Amino acid sequence: MGWFIRTFYSSIGKKLIMALTGLFLCSFLSVHLMGNFQLFKNDGGAAFNHYSEFMSTNPLIRILEIGMVIGFALHIFDGIRLWLLNRSARPVGYAKNDAAANSTFFSRTMIYSGGIVFVFLAVHLKSFFVEHRVLGSELTMYQSVVQAFHDPVYSLFYVAALVLLGFHLNHGFQSAFQTLGMNHKKYTPLIKFLGLMFSILIPLGYATMPLYFLLTK
Amino acid sequence: MNLTLHIWRQKDARTKGKFVIYKVENVHEEMSFLEMLDILNEQLIAKNEDPVAFDHDCREGICGCCSLYINGRAHGPKRGITVCQLHMRHFKDGDSIWIEPWRARPFPVLKDLIVDRAPLDRIMQAGGYISARIGSAQDANTILIDHDTAESSMDAAACIGCGACVASCKNASAMLFVAAKVSHLGQLPQGKLEREKRVLAMIAQMDKEGFGGCTNTKACEAECPKEIKITHIARLNREFLRASVV
Ligand code: FES
Repeated sequence: MGWFIRTFYSSIGKKLIMALTGLFLCSFLSVHLMGNFQLFKNDGGAAFNHYSEFMSTNPLIRILEIGMVIGFALHIFDGIRLWLLNRSARPVGYAKNDAAANSTFFSRTMIYSGGIVFVFLAVHLKSFFVEHRVLGSELTMYQSVVQAFHDPVYSLFYVAALVLLGFHLNHGFQSAFQTLGMNHKKYTPLIKFLGLMFSILIPLGYATMPLYFLLTK
Repeated sequence: MNLTLHIWRQKDARTKGKFVIYKVENVHEEMSFLEMLDILNEQLIAKNEDPVAFDHDCREGICGCCSLYINGRAHGPKRGITVCQLHMRHFKDGDSIWIEPWRARPFPVLKDLIVDRAPLDRIMQAGGYISARIGSAQDANTILIDHDTAESSMDAAACIGCGACVASCKNASAMLFVAAKVSHLGQLPQGKLEREKRVLAMIAQMDKEGFGGCTNTKACEAECPKEIKITHIARLNREFLRASVV
């Protein structure tokens, strides 16, 4: 056990946690998006309601759900811990610092993009998870979605948070592979390309939902 | 050309420092940046003032002593060179130039622009060496190394330990420095014998010194005067995982 704690307590270990949980959360993003596309089926929400019923009752999904909560918690706590640690490594800053000359905007703002995505996550869970699974809402899941996205402020907040999610993924996706020790001229260009696509297509896919219900219903 | 310099002045590690503005005139474009500072210091000495303290030794880009943060960049605006190799032709008449020391908690300012980089030496003492007896000097080519490995190891060996990676990283992380040493020694047959022990000891010392963690911003790679790539950091991560888990 000692080696395990030593490993994950070291600076590289903390980053490994970020990378592994980050990639795990990327897989969650893909699955969640694919399931949600059933909102667009023209059946008054029947397929979507059936799917959300399945997701909240199937025992296997419930077990995976625990893993997902742990993944989120580790990613968030470890991210904040790393950020505090990294900030304390430079107590006196530079009067002039031209960071744009050596690094991307996205790579320097992970804590902020991540922080906004976290606020989004809290609002999102309140609207759908807490309302249905905790408070036992009368509405079907589909009705909840339609109602929530009818509010332009709510929908535009979603879109804005998704843009920030894109920023976060832009650096995070390819960065995770570097942390895991995968950097090679053979496959790194492909990872970078996939990361760029992922950071554009996933938020875009999600953004279609609030925009669709805002503009059509 | 005539220049206005904003230079960080600090008496010693315990005293608070501040920026002081100096004017230097008739700077020639063929001068190096350090020679320009020499001119300033001659003026200060002539006026009986304390000259600006800055680190330098070889002045040919190989010792890693010079260490100035110029206009927001480690070693100034040009890529792939140290301050001593930076020439004044890259500046214009009338320019304002900000000159600061490396900033990182493990690198306290000793005086003006000089910081204490002993933490890098302590990381080397922790494992940046080969202790296996390899006998007296052998004939060339008795230990076979393939070309790509030799090249990759040599790329890492180019590190001069100047600390620009730490200075430019937003987290003040020394990961590129440690990666260069681990990658340099760990790829060669003589150094491979102690690769696990080495990487664990050097990372432990790096963390103990209070450097930040790497977040893959690649600022180090862009500012390294020897252009050492973060592929070496990926190798460091692999070596660390291998030594910890396998
Ligand atoms: S003085 Fe030696 S590298 Fe600049």
